[in-house]
Amino acid sequence: MTASDWHDLAQNRRWHDMGGGTAGPVPDDEHDFALWEKRVDALVILCGLKGIFTVDGLRRVLEDMGEAAFEDLTYYDRWVASLNQNLLETGTYSVAELGAKMEEVAARGTTYGEAAATQDGETANA
Amino acid sequence: MPDTFAPGTRVTVRSAFPPGHIRTPAYLRGATGEVERVLGPFGNPERLAYNLPAEKLPLYRVRFRLGDLFDGADRPDDTLEAEIFAHWLEPA
Repeated sequence: MTASDWHDLAQNRRWHDMGGGTAGPVPDDEHDFALWEKRVDALVILCGLKGIFTVDGLRRVLEDMGEAAFEDLTYYDRWVASLNQNLLETGTYSVAELGAKMEEVAARGTTYGEAAATQDGETANA
Repeated sequence: MPDTFAPGTRVTVRSAFPPGHIRTPAYLRGATGEVERVLGPFGNPERLAYNLPAEKLPLYRVRFRLGDLFDGADRPDDTLEAEIFAHWLEPA
């Protein structure tokens, strides 16, 4: 491929389609995933197993989020956004249901410890 | 579009750049290689990506020579393989 080919390609390729170019070293550091990130990963796999959407749907939304999202959001930030978009598009839940659930979860507190204490309190008051 | 390219068939990747979800890497579009094996029919990701009913298409593993992809490749006879759906391939 010549330099002018690469110029033409740069005009035509979508932002995420970065294969074939030069790249830096491959980072070999280990990742330490948060609980919520593991849950997002599990949900995406479950959605595939249940036939709700495929990895192609996940990728399509990630690509359509654009290069700014790639720079500004973490890997699983992007995954949870794509997971949600696919679940809305497939009618798995509605925007209203999502909003109600988000309020319910937010009311538990901002940490897993607070959420556990809230649930204990509710049990004690019941 | 032929149903099957036998292993060894020389094929050229279509040089097209429509918007939308496409699994064919841009840097291979327009390149010529050789069918290494037929992987079998798989649902078209260009339909699955939009949660639409997807026809099954032959998927091929295509082998390219680095020297055919990159001018001045350090090891031009090394090869690179990519999996490409039938509708992106034409007989070379």
